[in-house]
Amino acid sequence: MKHLLLTAMADINESLRSRWFIIYTLIFGGIVVALFITGLTESRVMGFTGLSRTLVTYLQITMAILPVFVLLTTVRSVAGDREAGIFEYLLSLPVGLASWYWGKILGRFVVVFLPVVLAMMLAVVWAAIKGAEIPWGQVFFYTLMLLVLAWCFLGIGMLISSLARSADVAQGAAFIIWLVLLLFLDLILLGIMIQNGSTADTVVLIALLNPLQVFRTGAMMLFDPQLVLLGPSAWVILDTFGHTGYLIYSIVYPLLLGTLCAWLGYFFFKRGDLP
Amino acid sequence: MITIHDLSKTFRKNKVLDGIALNINRGDRIALVGSNGAGKTTLIRCLLGEYVHEGEVLMDNMQPRLHRKDVLKKIGFVPQIPPPLKMPVGQLINFSAAVCDSDPEKMYAVSDKLGLDASKFKHQPFVKLSGGQKQKMLISIALGRASEFLIMDEPAANLDPEARHSFFSLLEEKKKDTAMIISSHRLDEVASLVNRVVELDQGKVVLNDQVADEVDMDSILDCEVRLLRPVTAFAKTIGDWGFVSDDGIIWKGAVAGPDRLRFLGVLSRYAGLLGGIKMEEEKK
Repeated sequence: MKHLLLTAMADINESLRSRWFIIYTLIFGGIVVALFITGLTESRVMGFTGLSRTLVTYLQITMAILPVFVLLTTVRSVAGDREAGIFEYLLSLPVGLASWYWGKILGRFVVVFLPVVLAMMLAVVWAAIKGAEIPWGQVFFYTLMLLVLAWCFLGIGMLISSLARSADVAQGAAFIIWLVLLLFLDLILLGIMIQNGSTADTVVLIALLNPLQVFRTGAMMLFDPQLVLLGPSAWVILDTFGHTGYLIYSIVYPLLLGTLCAWLGYFFFKRGDLP
Repeated sequence: MITIHDLSKTFRKNKVLDGIALNINRGDRIALVGSNGAGKTTLIRCLLGEYVHEGEVLMDNMQPRLHRKDVLKKIGFVPQIPPPLKMPVGQLINFSAAVCDSDPEKMYAVSDKLGLDASKFKHQPFVKLSGGQKQKMLISIALGRASEFLIMDEPAANLDPEARHSFFSLLEEKKKDTAMIISSHRLDEVASLVNRVVELDQGKVVLNDQVADEVDMDSILDCEVRLLRPVTAFAKTIGDWGFVSDDGIIWKGAVAGPDRLRFLGVLSRYAGLLGGIKMEEEKK
């Protein structure tokens, strides 16, 4: 446990010093600030009406940026460290492989998750200053969703890092995975699939397996419980899962997927050459 | 202490180590020599449990890969190329000391002996240090903790003559209770430090021999070099060894005992200029 925490602390300190973290923090802090400055949160008639609108916009933007950021920085730093000889040296010290691997994940998770949540807190503070009612249920669920989304892509990033032997290959693979998930998010693509004869079940299955789509639908559900925005597919979701059931699924599925990927990454890391 | 039996390592179809068999005992100081690609670094990584391999590596009957923590607690390692760590020097020392259950002050003390005041660089990223400073730091970490086996890959390559002498003195203190592997491209770089030579070629041991072990690692030789005429290039080279001269003809200085062969190697480049050489071991 001591070695796990030491590795996590070392990784956190290393990340806090790196340029990507500064950019990352500025982006998420900047998004929230930009939402307020541009007045996107304000209704034309009513002015600032509450936090829900801000949060849902923030989440939609986060959904596009967070996964690719987590994937690229994770594979860049883990596979890059291996390529640069950092693993050769640090793994010559008496640290257990499990402590090293899970410590790195823990450290990275803290670093990836904190700026996103701090930005959310910033929004809450803003709403409080404006005197708007704070929907604590939504804040809690959105935070939880962001947490599992970050965990899910961190797990995928660690798996890619364990399998790829060079930083370039890892980065390429990470980008392709993100792109594929993004493509299967697109309703037009799903539409074409239906047009080309794919069964509705297949399309629904793809949507349910894609963590980005799961996150998107879950976030939407909090803002729009009947999923009016989603159209007829809302019936399938609500019939199959129910409102609470889908919310639970949108938390549990990315959590399990991330854990499975992280564990597989550890399995490959442990049985292969370390540097 | 260490038994290596039929050790082979293959990368894709390229066999880098081919049936290595070695026994290493306490008190052995081995020069691991061989050209580039001979398999030195791969062998070291197998000893550190960093590579999966065929055959067997045992340290006190424990496999480095399976009993990582117990085995690596006994091994001090100095890599050839310092890792590009961004963490500050102080944090690197604290991290290393914490995972090795060691006292960071001991590492600072070793760096002091090597002529590097590590506390001055505490907040500076390791990667920003000069080549020599990085090497001193890595040696300080390896020698500043309890170890029974030292693996050093070209450890003194970036050190100035004074630091080399301090480094050799530190090794002298450890030589009875510790086994050492000192890897190098060239035997003359490490010959005086070792009592055994293992040469690798294309992944096989082609030489495994004991060598004369009469050089005191802590010794110092007073030297005088007389030239036939002053030469600027020679003045620069010998100046790097800390030698001084009033007239550019007679140069005086001191050379660490284990460095004598290396020093003579340097002088051999100017053989035509040499009028005389005197080397005498300082009495303790």
